[in-house]
Amino acid sequence: MIKGILIFNNHRKPWLSKFYQPYSVDKQQQIIRETLHLVFKRDENVCNFLEGGSLIGGFDNKLIYRHYATLYFVFCVDSSGSELGILDLIQGFVETLDKCFENVCELDLIFHVDKVHNILAEMVMGGMVLETNMNETVTQTDAQKKLEKSEAGLAGAPARAVSAVKNMNLPEIPRNISIGDISIKVPNLPSFK
Amino acid sequence: MALKMVKGSIDRMFDKNLQDLVRGIRNHKEDEAKYISQCIDEIKQELKQDNIAVKANAVCKLTYLQMLGYDISWAAFNIIEVMSASKFTFKRVGYLAASQCFHEGTDVIMLTTNQIRKDLSSPSQYDTGVALTGLSCFVTPDLARDLASDIMTLMSHTKPYIRKKAVLIMYKVFLKYPESLRPAFPRLKEKLEDPDPGVQSAAVNVICELARRNPKNYLSLAPLFFKLMTSSTNNWVLIKIIKLFGALTPLEPRLGKKLIEPLTNLIHSTSAMSLLYECVNTVIAVLISLSSGMPNHSASIQLCVQKLRILIEDSDQNLKYLGLLAMSKILKTHPKSVQSHKDLVLQCLDDKDESIRLRALDLLYGMVSKKNLMEIVKKLMTHVDKAEGTTYRDELLTKIIDICSQSNYQHITNFEWYISILVELTRLEGTRHGHLIAAQMLDVAIRVKAIRKFAVSQMSALLDNAHLVASSTQRNGICEVLYAAAWICGEFSEHLQEPHQTLEAMLRPKVTTLPGHIQAVYVQNVVKLYASILQQQEQAAEAEAAQEVTQLMVERLPQFVQSADLEVQERASCILQLVKHVQKLQAKGVPMAEEVSALFAGELNPVAPKAQKKVPVPEGLDLDAWINEPPSDSESEDEKPKAIFHDEEPRHVRRRQPEEDEEELARRREARKQEQANNPFYIKSSPSPQKRYRDAPGVEHIPVVQIDLSVPLKVPGMPMSDQYVKLEEERRHRQRLEKDKKKKRKKEKDRKGKHRRHSSLPTESDEDIAPAQQVDIVTEEMPENALPSDEEDKDPNDPYRALDIDLDKPLADSEKLPVQKHRNTEVSKSPEKDEVPVVEKKSKKPKKKEKKPKEKEKKKERERKVEDLDFWLSTTPPPAATPVPSMEELSVNTVTSPKDESEGPKREELEDEEDNTEHDQERKSSRHKKKKHKKEREEKEKKKAKRKQPEREHEQEEPVQNGAAEEEEEETLPPMSSYRLLAENSFIKMTYDIQASLQKDSQVTVSVILENQSGSFLKNMELSVLDSLNAKMARPEGSSVHAGVPVPFQLPPGVSNEAQFVFTVQSIIMAQKLKGTLSFIAKDDDGATHEKLDFRLHFSCSSYLITTPCYSDAFARLLESGDLSMSSIKVDGISMSFQNLLSKICFYHHFSVVERVDSCASMYSRSIQGHHVCLLLKKGESSVSVDGKCSDPTLLSSLLEEMKATLAQC
Repeated sequence: MIKGILIFNNHRKPWLSKFYQPYSVDKQQQIIRETLHLVFKRDENVCNFLEGGSLIGGFDNKLIYRHYATLYFVFCVDSSGSELGILDLIQGFVETLDKCFENVCELDLIFHVDKVHNILAEMVMGGMVLETNMNETVTQTDAQKKLEKSEAGLAGAPARAVSAVKNMNLPEIPRNISIGDISIKVPNLPSFK
Repeated sequence: MALKMVKGSIDRMFDKNLQDLVRGIRNHKEDEAKYISQCIDEIKQELKQDNIAVKANAVCKLTYLQMLGYDISWAAFNIIEVMSASKFTFKRVGYLAASQCFHEGTDVIMLTTNQIRKDLSSPSQYDTGVALTGLSCFVTPDLARDLASDIMTLMSHTKPYIRKKAVLIMYKVFLKYPESLRPAFPRLKEKLEDPDPGVQSAAVNVICELARRNPKNYLSLAPLFFKLMTSSTNNWVLIKIIKLFGALTPLEPRLGKKLIEPLTNLIHSTSAMSLLYECVNTVIAVLISLSSGMPNHSASIQLCVQKLRILIEDSDQNLKYLGLLAMSKILKTHPKSVQSHKDLVLQCLDDKDESIRLRALDLLYGMVSKKNLMEIVKKLMTHVDKAEGTTYRDELLTKIIDICSQSNYQHITNFEWYISILVELTRLEGTRHGHLIAAQMLDVAIRVKAIRKFAVSQMSALLDNAHLVASSTQRNGICEVLYAAAWICGEFSEHLQEPHQTLEAMLRPKVTTLPGHIQAVYVQNVVKLYASILQQQEQAAEAEAAQEVTQLMVERLPQFVQSADLEVQERASCILQLVKHVQKLQAKGVPMAEEVSALFAGELNPVAPKAQKKVPVPEGLDLDAWINEPPSDSESEDEKPKAIFHDEEPRHVRRRQPEEDEEELARRREARKQEQANNPFYIKSSPSPQKRYRDAPGVEHIPVVQIDLSVPLKVPGMPMSDQYVKLEEERRHRQRLEKDKKKKRKKEKDRKGKHRRHSSLPTESDEDIAPAQQVDIVTEEMPENALPSDEEDKDPNDPYRALDIDLDKPLADSEKLPVQKHRNTEVSKSPEKDEVPVVEKKSKKPKKKEKKPKEKEKKKERERKVEDLDFWLSTTPPPAATPVPSMEELSVNTVTSPKDESEGPKREELEDEEDNTEHDQERKSSRHKKKKHKKEREEKEKKKAKRKQPEREHEQEEPVQNGAAEEEEEETLPPMSSYRLLAENSFIKMTYDIQASLQKDSQVTVSVILENQSGSFLKNMELSVLDSLNAKMARPEGSSVHAGVPVPFQLPPGVSNEAQFVFTVQSIIMAQKLKGTLSFIAKDDDGATHEKLDFRLHFSCSSYLITTPCYSDAFARLLESGDLSMSSIKVDGISMSFQNLLSKICFYHHFSVVERVDSCASMYSRSIQGHHVCLLLKKGESSVSVDGKCSDPTLLSSLLEEMKATLAQC
């Protein structure tokens, strides 16, 4: 079981948090802080597993994370999860994001956290892995996107126009903070079919 | 209308959306909180509007703010409003918000039940999907109970997208509403073989999760999982299954034996590290479960250790970590095989990665020996000094203690060194493990008598420097060691060098800042110390000094009397009075020492931790019986503080009842005596308690060498353990020299008299190192008749305990899931609601008829299941057996097929035997049982016939069985085989079967059984087929278009084997035939001849169908949808019973029965390309009519033609 998922950037700014166990808002923030602390304490080139200790209920749990350019993806998993399997899952998640956002970059995650949630929901449900086949996830996400567009229809057009205008004055968006090379850091981990 | 919408959206354009909010927060870095509170105000305004789009936008923003740590529970009702929006876009926003912030305490959550139910049955799969996803995060016991049956219906939805989500969420439902597990389990099990890999994976996921908590209930699924393991290609599923097997093997060692081979194969063959690692892990689990008496698995251990070593040596830190993790599992049972990799582990101890160091630490536990303990601990101590995080340091600390204290301090040769290590560890700041160190100090000081003097000197130094330990501002755990120090100094005060100084140290005002329980120990031990000082001084006839000490006590004790801690206060005032009394007597010149020390006479024995728990209750003693009259119920609750004490300790208040007779009294006295004898805490007045120390066997043989301490040991507060390493080396060197000398002497004296335990080898072996002290390790005392078991009670609050449910028991009526019924009127029965009541009816009917036999039947059924498992587990593959085209082979590939082939006949044999024995027994019994017996036999045969079918088939027939309500059958069904003759000549006979592939929509597998009918040896067999435009044989890459495919085995005379060939088929709506040739070389004594055999492969349309279970609700929906075309046939002259007819169609044409009423049944199947086929079968007097509906008319007519042919034979 996956207990929680966290995405944050190099500046310790969390962009997405998903808990599969109920916690109060304060407890959630505390967990996020602790996780940040634990992960940032670690050097590059150390293993991607961290024994979470008291974090998210019990010593059974592990933090499994991956670092892509500017972003950290952290999964908190209990002992039923296979460590390498979860690493593959993270990889699959990032690749799916990459496909759905067409070259995903940090800004996509910042401004479209809801979409990221929706994509995540196609892969992990209630803490359990729903789908490991990337193509299936992408297909379902695209189908939902279409449905959304058709629903917006007439009413959606002006809203889209406005948001396009709003986006125009965004000179500060540095396009180069893409997630970058998502090819796997760990060499011998063939991803799932 | 449109205008209004546009207008609404124009208004909306100027509302902030999520992107604006994020941008705004980024632009207001300085006053973020203020900006956000402003935004929340805006959101509150937006939520008040009627426009659902505005609301959804607001909720979307709230979800983001929730992540930033803002409480949004106040908007729960608005979230529900958005959840109930008709548009998917908004609905999704609502469900997302709910999943992020709803929990069991959210009170409005009960309002969602009907909304969710509506969404679950929505025609749009995405509405249903989003509801399921949301529900998975916030399901409560109430929701689970109310929605369980709806979700169960969805588990057999036509869309795999919904099915997989429904299957997965069932786990959450089980957790919240355990009663649903048993009713839902059969369907869940069915999903393990769902045609969609996603659904299959979800089912595996759920069952693995369930089985992880309560593995024993899932043992019966082992054969099914085994099949999945050998057939699945999805790594994720494989990993899950392999992990599950890891949990199951400890319960069933035979399973382990069966697993070893396929797992080792996987280890050798897989390229996926994740899979490899899990395989190794499970092999380890298997080996652990087999560890007793299976010597021939050393190869497997070696393989595992080898693979792990490769992982550990890998540059990838992840693999290194996991390698160490798995290694530590092997360590427990096979320490020898791990010890050879000590170098590697020690190397990992220096790794820069903390996780890896921690894992290496775990391994160290099994690596230490007498020889290297000091060296390793020294290394660890340097790590302790360097360590930054407290977690790692604490871990180091516990590991040091673990390593040193393991198996009764087996590896410690010098306890002075160990005490110094412990004292050094007290210098750690901020550790949580002070109590651990304290416990060790106490343990060593009590159990190793020789060390007491040294320990006391160290402890008194510690007490002297208590400010160093306790001074640090945070009141940390390390001050616990003072507890031990105080106790040791008090208890063994006779060893103290300067007791007076220690006494003063213990009476310092600073002590009162320590935690209460430590102060209490201080107070108690101050008196012990006082007693011994008194004694010393009176012996030296220094009455003055003695009085001074008393005075000191009288002056200092009042500070404890004022303590807020009850225990301290009580002890202190008691002792203060005592000392004052002593003072008075001393003033009169009465020698007091004797009497005071009599307070603490005797010695405490170490007692095993659970000793008291294990004292058996003496016979005839009922602890629950009232000792005095139970208080009458009429007593009012509030008038009895007295009653509280009754409740708490009825055992201590032993009041004699007046009517007890003499005998009873004597018995009780006896019991009490016995209890006292057994009670380790009862200090007996035996003259020398030391006598009862049982010396560790063999210790007295170890030569004792006094150390010559040239270095002053007592560096106040700062002992150095390092010096011991050097000392120890010297000591060992000396020992060696001495030994050598002895050896020489021995040689000279020609082995005279002296017997030594070890012959001294040139190299120092582990056992040769003699400990420095007389190690007087006392085995802990246990009550004489201690109970052997010490089962830890399970935590009753464990949520998973509720799921510990026997799943093999048949369902009782009371266990049906609650179904919402109030919405059904009696007239219209909507198909969704129909489903569950039908099941209910089915199980009720037979119960009324004959209750008792049914019960028996059930029991038998269960026993049979167990037997099946036993049978499956006990089969070992015998060498080459004759094939019976048993259906077992269906889904097994060539690698395992020979084994399974043999299962067919063997199983039958076994049953025949069973029948016979039963028969014999039966014969002995009375005659008129015979009739009944006959029936039973028939039934058995029936079962036998059914069992021959593959499990999949069997299960899907269950609805039929249920429907038929196990009516007695007049005729039995002959065994069926789907294998048809392909071609035959004097050399070889070929039978074949075609199976559709579950995973690929245009692939079928043709299994051909080749049976050598000649006396020749057949080899170089090759199968070539002329491809048509529509159907092609899959050939190995690189071979030409018309090339033949070699058969991967040879056939000795009389032997048969099965080969599988894959064909790709474009269109499946028509049956077709392919011409082909089998060429082979027949070799006998006369020489070899080249032979050929032509054949025609017939691909019937039925072979493209996959038996797919379908429930009546989904079936009805399908029929109503209207996009199916219809056709029908009628066949006359049928004599077979309807039941058998159904079985035949199910078997040969891959259909499953949806529902059956009398002699009418609806059936369903699906083609590999997704065509739905529905049938309605009606039986008249001697005719059968079949109405079919199918998404493709051509396919339907071809199928009906084939069915006609089948029925014509009946």
